[in-house]
Amino acid sequence: MLEILKYSFFDLIRSRWTYIYCGFYLLFTLSLLWLSNDLSKVVISLMNVVLLLCPLIATMFGVMYYYNSREFTELLLAQPMKRTSIFLGQYLGLAGSLSASWLIGTGVPFVLYGVFGSAQAGNFLTLMLIGVALSFIFSALAFLIALKNENRIKGFGLAILVWLFFAVVYDGFLLLSLSYFNEYPLEKFALAASMFNPIDLSRILILLKLDISALMGFTGAVFRKFLGTGLGMAVSLGVLAVWVLLPTWGIRRVSLRKDF
Amino acid sequence: MKKFIAIASIVFWSNFLLGNTLEVCPTCTFSTLKKAIELAQPCDTIFVKKGTYEEGNILIDKDLTLVGKNLPILDGNGNSEILTVHNNFFHLEGFLIQNIGTSYTEDRAGVRMKECQNFTLKNNRFLDAFFAIYLEHSKDGVVEGNFVKGHAKDEAGSGNAIHLWYCENISVLGNHVTGHRDGIYLEFVNNSHIAGNLSEGNLRYGLHFMFSNHDFYRKNTFRDNGAGVAVMYSKQIDMLQNVFEKNWGAAAYGLLLKEIHDSKIEQNEFRENTVGIFAETSNRLKINSNHFTQNGWAMKISGGCQEMVVHQNSFVSNSFDLAVQTSGTANNFDGNFWGDYAGYDLDKDGVGDVPYRPMKLFSYVVGRTPEAMVLLRSLFVDILNFSEKVSPVFTPENVVDNRPLMKQNVSIAENSSIQKFNEDLSLTSTSPITPEVNSGQVNH
Amino acid sequence: MISIHHLHKSFGKNHVLKGVDLDFDKPGITAVLGPNGSGKTTLIKSILGMVLPSEGTIEVAGKNIKGQWKYRRQIAYLPQIARFPDNLKVKELLGMIKDLRVGPSDEELLIDQFELRPFLDSRLANLSGGTRQKVNLVLTFMYDCPIIILDEPTAGLDPISMVRLKELIEHQRALGKTILITTHVMSLVEELADEVVYLLEGHIHFRGSLKTLKETYGEASVERAIASLLERQKGKLEFSSNGHQTFVLA
Repeated sequence: MLEILKYSFFDLIRSRWTYIYCGFYLLFTLSLLWLSNDLSKVVISLMNVVLLLCPLIATMFGVMYYYNSREFTELLLAQPMKRTSIFLGQYLGLAGSLSASWLIGTGVPFVLYGVFGSAQAGNFLTLMLIGVALSFIFSALAFLIALKNENRIKGFGLAILVWLFFAVVYDGFLLLSLSYFNEYPLEKFALAASMFNPIDLSRILILLKLDISALMGFTGAVFRKFLGTGLGMAVSLGVLAVWVLLPTWGIRRVSLRKDF
Repeated sequence: MKKFIAIASIVFWSNFLLGNTLEVCPTCTFSTLKKAIELAQPCDTIFVKKGTYEEGNILIDKDLTLVGKNLPILDGNGNSEILTVHNNFFHLEGFLIQNIGTSYTEDRAGVRMKECQNFTLKNNRFLDAFFAIYLEHSKDGVVEGNFVKGHAKDEAGSGNAIHLWYCENISVLGNHVTGHRDGIYLEFVNNSHIAGNLSEGNLRYGLHFMFSNHDFYRKNTFRDNGAGVAVMYSKQIDMLQNVFEKNWGAAAYGLLLKEIHDSKIEQNEFRENTVGIFAETSNRLKINSNHFTQNGWAMKISGGCQEMVVHQNSFVSNSFDLAVQTSGTANNFDGNFWGDYAGYDLDKDGVGDVPYRPMKLFSYVVGRTPEAMVLLRSLFVDILNFSEKVSPVFTPENVVDNRPLMKQNVSIAENSSIQKFNEDLSLTSTSPITPEVNSGQVNH
Repeated sequence: MISIHHLHKSFGKNHVLKGVDLDFDKPGITAVLGPNGSGKTTLIKSILGMVLPSEGTIEVAGKNIKGQWKYRRQIAYLPQIARFPDNLKVKELLGMIKDLRVGPSDEELLIDQFELRPFLDSRLANLSGGTRQKVNLVLTFMYDCPIIILDEPTAGLDPISMVRLKELIEHQRALGKTILITTHVMSLVEELADEVVYLLEGHIHFRGSLKTLKETYGEASVERAIASLLERQKGKLEFSSNGHQTFVLA
């Protein structure tokens, strides 16, 4: 698996798209830093961006990479190797290269700017972590979708739908149901519902950093306990890890049963 | 005010010149403070040297100056008020007053000034006092540079650090109060001012006004108090250049205004509060040149606020800039800087060409369904806010800034120096204290 | 070396292999023939474990291959379409396969034979189809495996490389290996094959030597023999409604 990982990773980090992706972040972060000259504002801007862009790009890359490397994958399958090592290796290579683009594209300007001496170091690390987690989660979902669908158009469409669902539609339904059942105690429901969407989960991690003042305005005891203590952070990180593992396990399962 | 201080110091020094001096120490002629007070003549000065004096309640009914040398300790042993002053002239300086003890039947204090005039309580320390300084029916006094630290656990079993009741013309300057119910409490107090104090970690309010008029407070820092600062049922209160920060909680505010009329709130800094300013049934407020950053809600305006002017403030990185429950009449939100403003300024006059609506739809949604807060900063919510911005349906039509500023008002930046001033104060107050409070600043 | 018992494979409703029984136990070259969609590639992929049988078993060197992967060390496979990661160089690809397959390899001679040396530092994306096929061939033959499976090996090759390939295959036969080839190029079959397996609609319709094939259908060339096999089969289908009757000539 490590060999596959290594080759996928090196194949990808030499891809034009990886450069474009990394270059975009680099340019974006640099121009934000240059324009606003205020670390905290740039971190906040990027936090809004990471929730939107990392999942989208990871989804597109994941599907694209799988379909593009299909024939090569077949070559690998004919080699004396375990199927799971091939697919997990490719997935990890992909997720790794996406994360590397993200970390380099946004991390380098921040580090050069001296984020580690500043009060924003914690927020910055959260930001980095969320970008990596979302890249892993959504490239795994994309891989899974591509594995399940031989038809590229269908695979692409489905992947975009999944992204759209988690990025927008899910929240719409959540807000609708929260407003509809307004009279009932909803705090547990609201928190639980956020756990089922990795983007929401990452957003809550960001809220814990940026909007703690507003979050502490809740009257509900569950909310206060969850958000006000380390519990929220710990649970969110834990569930985020589950979100990485679940589709990865799916990749393993599907790849073992699939014909090529 | 200057006049008063001038007179007071003349009186003070003339006492020195006129009166005799007495010394108290465990090995002196006077080994107890009580004895010295009993034998002292009016206008005398008593120097108390290092030592612990456990003398219960000490009554003072003549003009006296009490000066502690090397921080003598007056200990109440947990069951007694310590100094009760019922006289016109009094000066107390340099004592450590401790262990007053909680009482549920009487308001015991470290120092109680009862119907006094012309007094100074300066550079003393109070530890574990129920009430530390209690002024009732007094006027023309100065409470300055004291350090008050309590360990209050619940509101019912704790008192206020500095408590003023039916007072007139009192200056509370440069004190550091912490760990009490209210840091500074004023009830029926007029024409007084509160300046340069640091009030933090108190159970309820850092500063609490009730039924007090024509007062002002300035350059104070209120941090991490249970519910921030409350100003209630008062009028003509000026609140200038204070820092309100980290007041977190379901009912916590940087500044709570309830039935406040004709008051000014200017050049204050509101940072990381659940709600920066919460105003209820308050009229003719001038909220100008304040700086709101990283608050949950910078301002929440409940029903019944009329003729409010919100001008030249800057709102940056708040979760919500403004929540208005009912629109009220004649409130004016023009000419502020809004961090989220995305308009343009083609004619380069520093004023955005497109009006800004600071009240977002999501703010309204959260008002109705607080749990929806978990969706803050979601893409879906951004889309909702955008559509509401294009055509307002739910948010009040008249909550709008017609002349949003393109740049922050720079004069606000000066506030950071206030903060620094108070940080220095809190440092010095752990050692024998001489905070420099420039009383020249405090002119009324 | 390879024995296949009662192999069935369906993709959804599409029943591709309908009970294939085959044994490759002697060294030599077997050409697996059949029209498009007859199940040739599925059969080969089943042997490689890329397609999982719906029914039946496959044994390689006496062991059931289900869930196994180590047996593939004994197989060299040339896939039909050669596509590699675009951003790898030829050298790196070779290095990678060597990393993945432990054991001794012999690629230097092959690189010279197929004149690939000038391309070693080129990216795979920049190679022509024929050159890529050469790379593909090098990857296949650089390991010494007892079983060799070639899926359309001549696609895109220039005449010189074609000759080299034939030499290579004959050399491998001489070494006593079991070689399976699928191809549409009948001349290649004629030149190389010892035996022919003819697949049609998931059944084996013929298995036997080249000579037997020609004799059975009374034709002089493989191409014609196959054509008449197909025609006969068609006629049969028209006569009998059940259609899928198998006849195997050994």
